[in-house]
Amino acid sequence: MIGLNHYLILSGLLFAIGLVGVVRRKNLLMLFFATEVMLNAANIAFAATSHYYGDLTGQMFAFFIVAVAASEVAVGLGLLIVLYKKHGSLDLDGLSTMKG
Amino acid sequence: MYEQIAFYLFSVLTIGLFLVTVLSKNILYSMTSLAAGMVMISGFFFILGADFLGVVQLIVYVGAVMALYAFAMMFFDASRDVKEKNANGAWVFLLGGMIALMLVIVFSAPIYSENIQAIYPSIPGATNPQSVGLVLFTKYLIPFEVAAVMLLVAMIAGIILAGKKMDQSLTTEDDSVATEVISQEDEK
Repeated sequence: MIGLNHYLILSGLLFAIGLVGVVRRKNLLMLFFATEVMLNAANIAFAATSHYYGDLTGQMFAFFIVAVAASEVAVGLGLLIVLYKKHGSLDLDGLSTMKG
Repeated sequence: MYEQIAFYLFSVLTIGLFLVTVLSKNILYSMTSLAAGMVMISGFFFILGADFLGVVQLIVYVGAVMALYAFAMMFFDASRDVKEKNANGAWVFLLGGMIALMLVIVFSAPIYSENIQAIYPSIPGATNPQSVGLVLFTKYLIPFEVAAVMLLVAMIAGIILAGKKMDQSLTTEDDSVATEVISQEDEK
């Protein structure tokens, strides 16, 4: 029988995958993808707790996470396009212009 | 039985696809595997009985967000492999592995759930979309409206940020290089 712990462990694994991506990648678009992975992992945990405790609050939080992710993508991609116009690349190291 | 088979199938597929997303060098492969992994995650939501959340995941994530990424990739050079210089990859893998281990320990630790009571229990006799609608439009009405305002602000911000100087091509430099190459070849 699949219990809550199965889902929580899966969610933790997916979150760790996203975290490794955030730490490891230097391309900003790849960082966005890794962020999406982390948000989805959190969504799985919320839906699983919502199901196993018979409470709808987890699903509500998952909906708001989806809304936050959508707006994050809209603003972030606009910023990425501006950055690409300015620098010609999406490299994270190119952003260190204020380095002393 | 079927729940177990579905759970393990979906988890293996999701973990594999997200590993491809995180580790791939090509943006196009990364984005497609991310979209496929999100479809698999909606499968989890259907197993868990959160039908409406699964449909929202399919429509909003796979439909809207990934389409937005696909549109944005037309501005960038997506066919080229991403060149990244990683100075010390071993440290990154060590730190990531330790964080993963810590998260697994935290999540698999016994949960003291005796004190947890459902604030908004699922309504008996109502299907999942009905109960979601009942809770969302009564208890969570103000967060819902705030989220709507947030989406509006994000939309305006995206239009203003991306729409500035839209008549100038992003790949002008590449075009000039290409035309120079072509003109040089013509001279030869």
